[in-house]
Amino acid sequence: MSDDCPAPPRARRTVCWVKMQPVELPLRTRVAAMAGRAIADASRWVGAGEGSVIGGRVTLAIDQRALELMAAGHQSVVVSGTNGKTTTNRLLAAALASRGPVSTNSAGANLIPGLVSSLFRGRAGAAVSLEVDEGHLAEAVAAVHPTAVVLLNLSRDQLDRFGEVRRHAADWRLALAASPATVVVANADDPLVTWAAGACQPATNGDRCGVTWVGTGQRWRADASACPNCGSRIRWSDDRSERGGVHWACSSCPLARPRPDAWLEGSDLVLADGRRFDIRLQLPGRVNVSNAAMAVAGAMALGVDPARAVRAMSRVRAVAGRYQVLNVSGSRVRLLLAKNPAGWAEALDLIRPPPTPVVIGINAGVADGRDPSWLWDVPFERLRGRVVVATGDRGRDLSVRLRYADVVHSYEHDYRKAVALAATGSGAKQPEIDFVANYTSFQDARRALTSSG
Amino acid sequence: MTEPVSIALLYPELLGTYGDGGNATVLAQRLRWRNIPAKVIDVHAGEPIPGGCQIYVMGGGEDAPQALAAQELRAGSALVDAVEGGAAVLAVCAGLQVLGQRFAGQDGKSHLGLGLLDCETHRDDGPRRIGEVVVAPDAELGLPDLTGYENHGGVTTLGPTARPLGQVVVGHGNAGGDGSEGIVNGRVVGTYLHGPVLARNPALADHLLSSVLGPLDPIDDPEVDALRKERLHAARHPHMHMPQLSSGWRRLLRGN
Ligand SMILES: [Zn+2]
Repeated sequence: MSDDCPAPPRARRTVCWVKMQPVELPLRTRVAAMAGRAIADASRWVGAGEGSVIGGRVTLAIDQRALELMAAGHQSVVVSGTNGKTTTNRLLAAALASRGPVSTNSAGANLIPGLVSSLFRGRAGAAVSLEVDEGHLAEAVAAVHPTAVVLLNLSRDQLDRFGEVRRHAADWRLALAASPATVVVANADDPLVTWAAGACQPATNGDRCGVTWVGTGQRWRADASACPNCGSRIRWSDDRSERGGVHWACSSCPLARPRPDAWLEGSDLVLADGRRFDIRLQLPGRVNVSNAAMAVAGAMALGVDPARAVRAMSRVRAVAGRYQVLNVSGSRVRLLLAKNPAGWAEALDLIRPPPTPVVIGINAGVADGRDPSWLWDVPFERLRGRVVVATGDRGRDLSVRLRYADVVHSYEHDYRKAVALAATGSGAKQPEIDFVANYTSFQDARRALTSSG
Repeated sequence: MTEPVSIALLYPELLGTYGDGGNATVLAQRLRWRNIPAKVIDVHAGEPIPGGCQIYVMGGGEDAPQALAAQELRAGSALVDAVEGGAAVLAVCAGLQVLGQRFAGQDGKSHLGLGLLDCETHRDDGPRRIGEVVVAPDAELGLPDLTGYENHGGVTTLGPTARPLGQVVVGHGNAGGDGSEGIVNGRVVGTYLHGPVLARNPALADHLLSSVLGPLDPIDDPEVDALRKERLHAARHPHMHMPQLSSGWRRLLRGN
């Protein structure tokens, strides 16, 4: 990309909600959907997991355009970003469900086959709320033609380091430029997202295009030190805070924090017209208030009243097992997921203060990235003085990292024993424990800790 | 009050892709544990490189940041002066390439390196070299086997005066056809191992520290010993460390 930074398009908050007409699906698509659904059910029945991926693959094998055809005629919103997709999508789906039926991929199957299978059971007139992997957003937008996209953040993940993140942003930019009718809801505190979202040009058909900028107060900056537009340094001015965040600007091109249309003041979501909504969640942490702010803006783009959206979100307790509290031999264990340095910085904010013991599970499976060197980018020093237990397939790597962070800890490979060790270390009779794990370790932990024995 | 030992971490935002900042943390902590005060100085792009540090650490990075880092380094003579003044350097991956005579950029164009190491890096059409590495170090260094992880597309060939860090037992290393890994010139050490390399190889960390500070007391490293044992075993017996087939299939079907 060598074009100049476009001035951020002016936001248009007027949303005209066009009543969608149900579309009759072609025979081929109906057959494809039936076959996929049958395979998904069979897969679930034999205990091979959710079956949503294999089912979606079968459908796509029969009809390549299945996603496009099945999504047509539905109001839809697509959520993407490196962190917070699943939670934001869950909150958004809750808000939409306050108005009518919703099809959503709540289990987090966020590649194209997973999106397809979440539409298998879509009722006529159901709204569609989809979480999409950040590397597949362009493909999803081209197929779904969503009413709105919600762009959370972009930071490096284990699997895709720096260069990839910049490439994702460039792909988003192109995809949004090619979908001018889509309303973009974007995080104004993330320079990469801001640059990617800026591509949405005012629409020629009607007035539905625009960007709703949300000031989320995001704090992770390590991956945004270079301007995505020109490569110069981004400067964050610590003294100029406006509309729920700190101002940032490129040191040499016009890319800068857009003036938010909605922003957070404490747990209040404030709209530019002066309305305020107190976001009260059952999910912990500042980061989830930010996710909720994005979800409210996304729901508004689909015509949902913000007060109603906030109310519906306050009833969400757990998201695909995250924040779930398990009883493990008398200990109350809360599960948290963190996949990359930005996610870990958030997780370290989420865990409860001492004396709550912390168990940390690290794997390096294919889905985690086979190389756990990113552990050295996480400020584990913040755990000094606490009861900490390292576990997971790569718990030894974590153990060395903790040692160099001067965090006294124990190592135990077995998940249940690790929890027991943390419980003993706390000295409490019915201890509360925070268990933070990366992707496949989280799933292993959930399985190990929910199984009896 | 003794002055703390200064460890400069060069361009962490450009050359810090694989937790490379960890190498500076390891060096500083191993001094502090011996009651030797130490400090890490982050040197950002656009800032002058401070002279007078005892050790300089550089990490890996993508093509464009690497070219930028080389440009910054070549704009001044601070690093070369420091090395001539007796400082040590650890350069990992892209860092190694930048310290050589020449290296290939993303456009295939050759960039001038700093010339602190007698090597050249080009690219071939093969896949990136990714995975666990075990290296038998050059006997003169007196180090135990090195363990690490590599992820690079470069092929580095050593010049006539160059000495390799060691010979590859598992993995690719320099990938120049001679089985060598890394390159050593006095107190300047280049390697393709990250992980970060010093976390897994405390003997190499102490070797670098002793090269500028003289002999150091030994430290007990039980956590590192356990990790080294596991990683060396995993590298030599990769099939035993794959995720179990059943759970692998389950994951495949679930799509995660
Ligand atoms: Zn710029």
